[in-house]
Amino acid sequence: MQIRSIIILIFIGWHSLLFPQEKYLTKQGNISFYSHTPVEDIKAENKQVLSIVDLSTGEIAISILMKSFVFEKALMQEHFNENYVESDKFPKATFTGKIQNLQEVMSGDNGVAEVDGKLTIHGITKPVQIEARTDTENEKISLTGKFMITVADYDIKIPAIVRNNIAREVEVSFKLEHLPYR
Amino acid sequence: MKKSILILFFLGLCTHMSAQDLMEILDEETPQHTEYISATFKGTRIINGHSIENRKKGVLEFLISHRFGRINDGIDEFFGLDDSNIRFALEYALTDNLMFGVGRSSFEKTYDGFVKYKLLKQATGKKPFPLSVSLFGSAAWKTLKDYDPEDKPDFSDRLFYTTQVLMARKFNENLSLQLSPTYVHRNSVKIDADPHDIFAVGAGGRYKISKRVSVNAEYFYTVNPLKSVNTKDVFALSVDIETGGHVFQLMLSNALTMIEKAFITETTDDFFSGDIHFGFNISRAFHLGKKHRRIPDEGEQEW
Repeated sequence: MQIRSIIILIFIGWHSLLFPQEKYLTKQGNISFYSHTPVEDIKAENKQVLSIVDLSTGEIAISILMKSFVFEKALMQEHFNENYVESDKFPKATFTGKIQNLQEVMSGDNGVAEVDGKLTIHGITKPVQIEARTDTENEKISLTGKFMITVADYDIKIPAIVRNNIAREVEVSFKLEHLPYR
Repeated sequence: MKKSILILFFLGLCTHMSAQDLMEILDEETPQHTEYISATFKGTRIINGHSIENRKKGVLEFLISHRFGRINDGIDEFFGLDDSNIRFALEYALTDNLMFGVGRSSFEKTYDGFVKYKLLKQATGKKPFPLSVSLFGSAAWKTLKDYDPEDKPDFSDRLFYTTQVLMARKFNENLSLQLSPTYVHRNSVKIDADPHDIFAVGAGGRYKISKRVSVNAEYFYTVNPLKSVNTKDVFALSVDIETGGHVFQLMLSNALTMIEKAFITETTDDFFSGDIHFGFNISRAFHLGKKHRRIPDEGEQEW
């Protein structure tokens, strides 16, 4: 019995030597969104985004606490959480995806990672394709970029009275600076 | 044979670190923090009385409140609408926890000033707390010249003070309830039998029927009412409608006035015999002390 467990442990240990953990994590990722209309510009920023990237597989996972978005006006923030994204029901937005051109990115041939994945906001999951500029500096791996999302895709209803104040598509910018995990 | 299957299984587990597993790592790494409950009530008033809510720092609110005459006055008085009491007020939040306001009511030409401080906040997470507590204090100065010119009262004789401890809990997204122990002090009274110090307790709540509409109810029980007039406990029902920076409150109540010392201790109409007044509160929030992208010619539009 003991020998069996030892063998298993050796295999696992050996395995992790062959494939070292290449996970990079941040807890202070930066994600902001920007809605532009002729009437009003609305901007909100979240500086407490959790993001992890596994360079051995190219997998990425991002977790965003909706209540951590800070708006210029307190009332907007309250309405965002209460009426639009319903943060009590859906506290987090998440993204899971994979870098499609991992080898190119790792070898330094291409500074832009093509990430395919699923974005979940307000309980609705949609496939998204995002381009992220990758920079490696010492131990730090950063992903930066922006993409557009359509508000209606995520079943976020905008009442007629403020339809001119909120853009149908909002621009999402991200800056995630990962450091080695463990 | 079983052994090797087991080993292969373990190896399999190790190689496939999927995005889902990464998500689990993120969940583990999520820092624990205290989250304060927001929007227990939509407005700074439940109906007549104050709620535990303050405006956020730098917000100036212009509040217009009306209470019309009695609905049961009938068509001759256009169901009370011919007669109206109004209060204008400017209310400003100095910090997220401290706000003050000044108002002027047409009823007895009364000026009032108040301070409201958020003492404790309902929270979940690391340091949970079950309810929110706010302290409220106000002074009202009656300027109606309803006295005998021979016997002019001095300034302090015309002052009234109200102190409240507001305690509320947001039970869920829709339901919030509040208890408001109240102490009203009158510097002068009409007859000796009238108490200078009146104690009352208010109970109120709101239930959201949609994201932007709620129904509210509020009742104040007065422990030792005035003796010189036959007063009634104040009861009110309202509908709150929120549109961006505005909150509209439409209400039915037996109160004729909009400041604590008056509606809690001086209401004489009886709601349940039909002495009901229609009324409304309209508020408009303006953001001061912040950078504006546009010239703030009028109220900054909210969403």
